[in-house]
Amino acid sequence: MNVKENIKTIIVKKPLKLDCGETISDYPLAYETYGKLNDKKDNAILAFHALTGDQFVSGINPVTKKSGWWSHAVGPSKAIDTNKFFVICANVIGGCMGSFGPKNINPKTNKEFGIDFPVITINDMVNAQYNLLEFFKIDKLYSVTGGSMGGMQALQFVANFPDKTKTAIPIACTASHSAQNIAFNELGRQSIMADANWKNGNYSYLNSSPNKGLAVARMAAHITYLSKKGLQEKFGRKLQEKDDLNFSFDADFQIESYLRYQGSIFVDRFDANSYLYITRAMDYFDLVKQYKGNLSKAFENSKTKFFIISFTSDWLYPTAENKEIVIALNASGVEVGFIEITSDKGHDSFLLDVPEFLKAVKNFLEANY
Amino acid sequence: MKKEFQIIAELIKNNTKVLDVGCGDGTLMKYLKDKKNIDTRGLEISKDKVQICVSKGLAVVEGNGEKDLKQFPNLSFNYAILSQTLQAFYNPEKVINDLLNVADKAIVTIPNFGFWKVRLDLLIKGTMPITKNLPDEWYNTPNLHMCTIKDFFNFCYKKKIKLFKSLALHNEKVTEINSFNLNLKNLSSELGIFLLEK
Repeated sequence: MNVKENIKTIIVKKPLKLDCGETISDYPLAYETYGKLNDKKDNAILAFHALTGDQFVSGINPVTKKSGWWSHAVGPSKAIDTNKFFVICANVIGGCMGSFGPKNINPKTNKEFGIDFPVITINDMVNAQYNLLEFFKIDKLYSVTGGSMGGMQALQFVANFPDKTKTAIPIACTASHSAQNIAFNELGRQSIMADANWKNGNYSYLNSSPNKGLAVARMAAHITYLSKKGLQEKFGRKLQEKDDLNFSFDADFQIESYLRYQGSIFVDRFDANSYLYITRAMDYFDLVKQYKGNLSKAFENSKTKFFIISFTSDWLYPTAENKEIVIALNASGVEVGFIEITSDKGHDSFLLDVPEFLKAVKNFLEANY
Repeated sequence: MKKEFQIIAELIKNNTKVLDVGCGDGTLMKYLKDKKNIDTRGLEISKDKVQICVSKGLAVVEGNGEKDLKQFPNLSFNYAILSQTLQAFYNPEKVINDLLNVADKAIVTIPNFGFWKVRLDLLIKGTMPITKNLPDEWYNTPNLHMCTIKDFFNFCYKKKIKLFKSLALHNEKVTEINSFNLNLKNLSSELGIFLLEK
């Protein structure tokens, strides 16, 4: 697929020292925007995408031809109203939608970086994206937001730049990746690495990617984004286009067929090495440790007004972990609101049409603007 | 805004920091924020009411006064408000202690079970009282620990909690309660409003 022509990119000249010790410079950062930046430049919202998202937040993604990952939330008159706000989203570094990632050519070898790409962190991703403020000449954002890994980036952003956003809405996330989160990510990585096509990361992205491994990684991860109740209601034990069991290992059940489909469409748009790098960044995320065991220190100089949102059926980033963030914010005296939205749709709720969630985001953004 | 909230607002100094426990739809918080330049935070158990507060731009955390007061650091507020909810907790004594841990002062209001109409209901009808402030039936009331103005007065005395101000409200009229008129106020008032400190 030729992606370049639809992708806006800035080349970041300023060197960025990564947490791993390496320094990168002159690297590409792909972004997209929605709505208009006003004259006062006070209506910009930086949205951060999750593990498998990209900069195409809303409308039709020009590369995949599918709806943007946050089409329910972002658009004219929607929760994040692009008639009012200017929404910026960048592909994270380590990603595969135009920003600096393992698919890029390593000037030293003239081949794709593969796993010679430096290990990146959430902190690195945020520091890279901070360059967009300078690019758009925005002194202070109106808000930073995102769900899951996007929420982690929102937290890191405020920790790094306490006075650069008026508000922040971290959604369905955590301040510290749990053992369970790491375990699921490791399952995905091992699945990719077990695919003979992976070849220690030196596969050719266009010809022979480890698609089977990546598809299994996606299938496993997809289960963690849903809830037991949601799965049961949607699929139950329904059979896939048949009246009886096949007594074979075909996809007898609808849930099997669904997961296989999710796996198969994912490999068309995502790079296996990027999956390794981004899951690693999530696993390394521990804002508590960054602030020596006291999360409230991360926010103590901030005037940012926070709104934390969790979902009842999210067992990947459960309410209790979101509340830890609320407690830390309260401890540092930061203004914070919190709501747990009732939804059977699991962790994925933040991407879906969940009216109470969308209402909360809209009300918060508009009441504080 | 109802009279009870007006009285509470008068008890609070401008430019202070206030936690409203069980802040409901945020009416009082909004008033304090707009009219008295108060830095307000709220705690509310109902998701619908949290949503209303969010739409008013108020910093409200969904939570339960019984469990979630711990999340606020000690003495991080000048005042903690608890309006007509004390009786709904499993352990009101603990909640009062928690309030006085997070704030220098607490403002607690209670629907008075000693009000003559309440007493009369039980005495004459022989049924659990239903009044303006106590509108629910015995089988669906959220109230677990009803008390009277006198009970609360005695409680504070026994627990060595300082009562800075004790006010009685009846028919929109506010009067001071003291140890001399306590029995009378306990009979004639619908609501007690107390400003306390540890």
